[in-house]
Amino acid sequence: MDKLHLDQHISRKFNDELEDIRNRALHMGGLVEQQVTGGLQALLDGDSELGAEISKADHQVNKMEVEIDEACTHVLARRQPAASDLRLIVTVIKVITDLERIGDEAEKLGRFSVDLASSRELPVYRKELRHLGELVKSMLRDALDAFARMDVDSAMKTAAKDADINQEYETLSRLLVTHMMEDPRQVRNVFNITWCARALERIGDHSVNICEYVVYLVKGKDIRHTSFDEAKSKINN
Amino acid sequence: MVDETQAVLDSIEGTVGDITVVDPKMSMRNVDVFYSDKQAIYDVDLDVANNEVIAMIGPSGCGKSTFLRCMNRMNDTIPTCRVEGSISLDGEDIYAKDQDPVLLRARVGMVFQKPNPFAKSIFDNVAYGPRIHGLAANRAELDDIVVKSLKRAGLYEEVKSRLDAPGTSLSGGQQQRLCIARTIAVSPEVILMDEPCSALDPIATARIEELIDELRENYAIAIVTHSMQQAARVSQRTAYFHLGKLVEVGQTNDIFTNPAHELTENYITGRFG
Repeated sequence: MDKLHLDQHISRKFNDELEDIRNRALHMGGLVEQQVTGGLQALLDGDSELGAEISKADHQVNKMEVEIDEACTHVLARRQPAASDLRLIVTVIKVITDLERIGDEAEKLGRFSVDLASSRELPVYRKELRHLGELVKSMLRDALDAFARMDVDSAMKTAAKDADINQEYETLSRLLVTHMMEDPRQVRNVFNITWCARALERIGDHSVNICEYVVYLVKGKDIRHTSFDEAKSKINN
Repeated sequence: MVDETQAVLDSIEGTVGDITVVDPKMSMRNVDVFYSDKQAIYDVDLDVANNEVIAMIGPSGCGKSTFLRCMNRMNDTIPTCRVEGSISLDGEDIYAKDQDPVLLRARVGMVFQKPNPFAKSIFDNVAYGPRIHGLAANRAELDDIVVKSLKRAGLYEEVKSRLDAPGTSLSGGQQQRLCIARTIAVSPEVILMDEPCSALDPIATARIEELIDELRENYAIAIVTHSMQQAARVSQRTAYFHLGKLVEVGQTNDIFTNPAHELTENYITGRFG
């Protein structure tokens, strides 16, 4: 079952309901991506106005999560979906939970960017933050693409990128800890930068989750908490 | 349309999933069934295990009831029906010449779609089988069998004060439980159920489903149902039939979350075949 064939139910209304849920999840993905891009930009540009805006817009993401959850509950109650339909609903419920948390991380980026806008420490780490941020953005975009296209190969490739993100994050964390030790007066600002790096790293983790759900949706295989090689062999079996 | 159906039929090559079980209670191999010259079942292999409920699902006319009825030679009563292949109970061919179908049906009981109590009292409905098979030496033993069977069928408490009332005076759900008690009374080893809840309301259905789960402790149960939710609720394994072929068989959890065959997927998700 490599395609969902959402348009082939005998009940056209059921087709519409599932298609609507899927579209809303994709729409929510788009909004979350915008939030991450905005939060990162606010941080890197020291744009506190944009940061405040991003922080404020998080409620839209939260609202979408609640609405989509409700639509999924209705389908479960009224349609008792099975097989790929059931997997779609379960996947959407899980994907939107991760999207909402990514939204929270973007909100953090916005919030901290307000505090950090005029700090002297931020410019020191701008290059590293930009690099980490770009990796995370591209990973999130690829994860959402894999979800939209139901592309298992691409989901697996994207999930593997998390290792690079973790490495970048570790490197940056070490620099930040050293900075704090050398200049304890700046702990607050450096700590806030650490929180931002941590938020970006977490977005990577949530993107991995989305990729894993894509595999579950398409192949019906649960690859959570398995190594890359184990996951591959599960998928191929 | 006929060509399309034939194309689908031709496209089903064998059965997806493992048709065997360890220590099967019943084994069907290479079963073909014909009504006159029309073939209704094509080369089906399937094992049924003790202490399991296997659900047989599929669209109308897929052969699931025909197949079920072969398992206790109910099709013998249809003159045009011809069964080929082998069907065994505990390794013995149930179509062997010396096999008495009446004795076979005591070992492999059947519950039908519409509750069909005899026009007799509740007691006599349940006592009927034990009487004709001589299972009780005296009245006390017979009483014991009837009470035990009614208890097992979850009906005793509701009817204990009126065992002399006609079976037909009971509600639909009670009648179906009476029929189950009647089946159990002859100590079968396998119980076949052909749409046992299709004439019942949701509460009576829930009772029967609960009963099926309890009966599983002592019997092998094969149930044909049009309700996929029912198959999902009561069975451990599910077999999907389509146009007389067994398309897929597997653990019910797997069939309802991740079926391997496209036809199974289409059926259980309500898509166009």
